[in-house]
Amino acid sequence: MTHLELSEVLLSRRQVLAGGGAAALLASLAGLAPLPAHAEPADAEAKLAELTGGVTLQKGRISIEVPPYTEYGKQVRISIEVESPMTDADRVKTIHVLAERNTVPEVASYHFGPLAGQARISTRIRVATTQILLVAAEMASGEIYLAKTRVKVARGGGGCG
Amino acid sequence: MSSITTKGPEVKVPRYLTPGEDVLIRTKAWHPMETGWRKTHDGQTVERNRIHTFTCAFNGQEVFSADLHSGVSANPYMTFYARVPGPGVFEFKWIADDGAVYTSAARIDLAKP
Repeated sequence: MTHLELSEVLLSRRQVLAGGGAAALLASLAGLAPLPAHAEPADAEAKLAELTGGVTLQKGRISIEVPPYTEYGKQVRISIEVESPMTDADRVKTIHVLAERNTVPEVASYHFGPLAGQARISTRIRVATTQILLVAAEMASGEIYLAKTRVKVARGGGGCG
Repeated sequence: MSSITTKGPEVKVPRYLTPGEDVLIRTKAWHPMETGWRKTHDGQTVERNRIHTFTCAFNGQEVFSADLHSGVSANPYMTFYARVPGPGVFEFKWIADDGAVYTSAARIDLAKP
């Protein structure tokens, strides 16, 4: 074992504090990085722009039915209806559902084929925290409609997407 | 993971078709929809395994399809409407990340006058 000078072993109070601070900062940075943190609303908007191809979004035609307050975020029932006769000329092509503060903001995309009936679906989704859900409807004419709704959650979806 | 049951998906389609009416179809697959972030009590991360695609076809023609992500609840349940010209067979297909494919089919006939 090599002999150490006393000055090498004993650190001054100032050095200890500075070192400790740096270590704590590093640890907090390292701890933050790999966590599946909740996404920010900007992420959802960027994803929505990617899905819709940057077309200007219009208001209206979509109605969303979702419980305004829910105890359990793992199973939140949602029904979406888009006003459309679903004829060849005027029909809904796709409905996108996004959750602003889920880990993965994309929830689902529903595509309506030539034999689809009404533009009306219902499903169950995971909602991580109290947040705003975005629903976009792409029409065959190229118009895109956007609707938003707020869901309040007592307990989240448990690391859900 | 033993939570993937061997239970097949469930589909509810009316037995008879009334002309001029849209058909309500309800589907449910038994699947955990693992997000890839859940950990077991041993600290092992459970591998991501979701149903990512669902399709419904009527006599080979597309009716409805869906791309599902982690935000869809376990045992994904979906309802939608079909507008079909006559009797035929609905074919349903669920495709999971681990390559598993679940299928189901249901027949619809014209209502007796």
